[in-house]
Amino acid sequence: MSVFIDQSTRLVVQGITGRDGSFHAKQMIEYGTKVVAGVTPGKGGQRFENTIPVFNTVAQAVHETHANTSVIYVPAAVAASAIFEAADSGIELIICITEGIPVLDMTRVLPFVHERGARLIGPNCPGLISPGKSKVGIIPGNICKPGKIGVVSRSGTLTYEIIHQLSTHGMGQSTCVGIGGDPLIGTNFIHCLAAFAADAETAAIVMIGEIGGTDEQRAAEFVKEKVKKPVVGFIAGQTAPPGRRMGHAGAIISGSSGTAADKMAALAKAGISVMKRPADVVPLLQERL
Amino acid sequence: MNLHEYQARDILRRHGIPVPPGEVATTPAEARAIAERFGGKVVVKAQVHAGGRGKAGGVKLAKSAAEAEAHAKAILGMTIKGLTVHKVLVAPAAEIATESYVGIIVDRTSQRPVLMVSPAGGIDIEEVAAKTPEKIHRLAVDPRYGLLPHQAVALGFALYSDVKQARAAADIMQKLYGVVYAVGASLAEINPLVTTADGTVQALDAKIGIDDNELERRPEIAALRDVSSEAPEEVAARAAGLTFIKLDGDVGCCVNGAGLAMATMDLVKYYGGQPANFLDIGGSSNPQKVVAALRIMTSDPRVKVILFNIFGGITRGDDVANGIVQATKEFPLKVPIVIRLTGTNEKEGIAILERAGFKALADMDEAVKQAVA
Repeated sequence: MSVFIDQSTRLVVQGITGRDGSFHAKQMIEYGTKVVAGVTPGKGGQRFENTIPVFNTVAQAVHETHANTSVIYVPAAVAASAIFEAADSGIELIICITEGIPVLDMTRVLPFVHERGARLIGPNCPGLISPGKSKVGIIPGNICKPGKIGVVSRSGTLTYEIIHQLSTHGMGQSTCVGIGGDPLIGTNFIHCLAAFAADAETAAIVMIGEIGGTDEQRAAEFVKEKVKKPVVGFIAGQTAPPGRRMGHAGAIISGSSGTAADKMAALAKAGISVMKRPADVVPLLQERL
Repeated sequence: MNLHEYQARDILRRHGIPVPPGEVATTPAEARAIAERFGGKVVVKAQVHAGGRGKAGGVKLAKSAAEAEAHAKAILGMTIKGLTVHKVLVAPAAEIATESYVGIIVDRTSQRPVLMVSPAGGIDIEEVAAKTPEKIHRLAVDPRYGLLPHQAVALGFALYSDVKQARAAADIMQKLYGVVYAVGASLAEINPLVTTADGTVQALDAKIGIDDNELERRPEIAALRDVSSEAPEEVAARAAGLTFIKLDGDVGCCVNGAGLAMATMDLVKYYGGQPANFLDIGGSSNPQKVVAALRIMTSDPRVKVILFNIFGGITRGDDVANGIVQATKEFPLKVPIVIRLTGTNEKEGIAILERAGFKALADMDEAVKQAVA
């Protein structure tokens, strides 16, 4: 098993004829992901790489190919619309890679997706990979190895660094999920921790957080109460300047709880082994396994 | 992007929120002329993107036009938290009876715009939040329906017991909610919301922060950007498509991705160094971005060493290597450079660097240790 994606994932790529969409569609096909359709309005009827049918709408793609998962590479200006469309077309899992979607757009997207029973991962995320089975997004397949470690992260390249550390020390991964760095995201740490906790193939979990917000603290509470598997955590931004907050209202919402020190303390209190640096991930996991 | 107080006041006024008059001056003579029009008794306020203006001496009360001119002379050109003041707002000094707070921010946890109001407004709202959180009333607004009238009125009564004032405040809250979606604000606050001697409710000071992701589709808001009020390095970085924040240390850091950039800065500190900056060259790679990054870092005399930490994904190692080599042809680096390069097209990148006489390391810890040593 793995979480969210596996061999049964039937993927439609929204923006398949674009620069990023076409590049990563090829990478995903090479990795073995079942890419069953592409969507680009106005290019319906074409075939991507002479094989994969392209449709004008996601609804058509779902009707014709039974796609159950969508990945979005369209530009930020139309990305919110692409998420609405995917959710409206019965897609169960939507992964939005696009960076730069206005936060106010997301305040309208998220309730819409939720009401339709779909799960959104992202936006502004690298997607996810279940090594050896399926990859949806942009995480480089060659740095991953199949195995028993579940990885969940708010970051992109920092996730690659952690995966690289794991793989080069023989610790493969069940699934790696990048949940995205935006303030408003569809899937948070707790959703992923719950999925990893229930996944028979995941033996231990690595969670990688950042400064800002209080998601990590709430995740720590969840780990303490619900997760029996070992969890190892990292918080980026220990040296980040404390200023740069969004006026008084930002300070009122987050108080001092958005700092790395506060988050690391919350993780440690919940029994999570806290890394001081990315290279600590392997020794800490070895201690706990 | 932050707006100045006078820009935020203009936006509020255009959306029908009562805002007392006020005009912007860039010279002491202009300030004097405006003060004369307002009858002499005015407040002169520095227009700068920094909190604590009052404590820094950037807000002064004047009893006459001559005094307003003198205050403007003192305030214009002064530095508040590293930023030079180029403009002052001159407004009639108001007779204030009460001061409240009204703010809207998009909240991560509820994933909604949250309206916050407090009868304890004024400069110390953060202290109010920390010490007496019961004085702050919050409401997560359902964006599908917006701020409903009964919700706004209930919050109006949290500020004023008088029904007319409560309704006036409610009307202001609904209009402020409209402003958020109209201009693409990540933050909109009125502090203080005042009642004057005759009982009218007015927005005396306003602050609006714009979500940078909104600027492309809102050119009229993007045009409000005041480049002269921002740190020059940060302006240069934005023009090059980089995210840059200046810090106090001497290790210049150039990284792809915000999370890895922060982790790199943390590792510099872990090994006993101090990062000179946060610099994220972003996802899509382009040698010109790397050239711009090096230009910004080498122009800081405090930088003693430059550390690259690149884990290629979308960013390609050969693009980064080409950028570094290109930069050395355009200007001298002056300081040692330590490069960690792995991921997409690492072999091509390392070959390019080696041909130009640079070494590349594969391990992040090794690179940071070398940079700090």
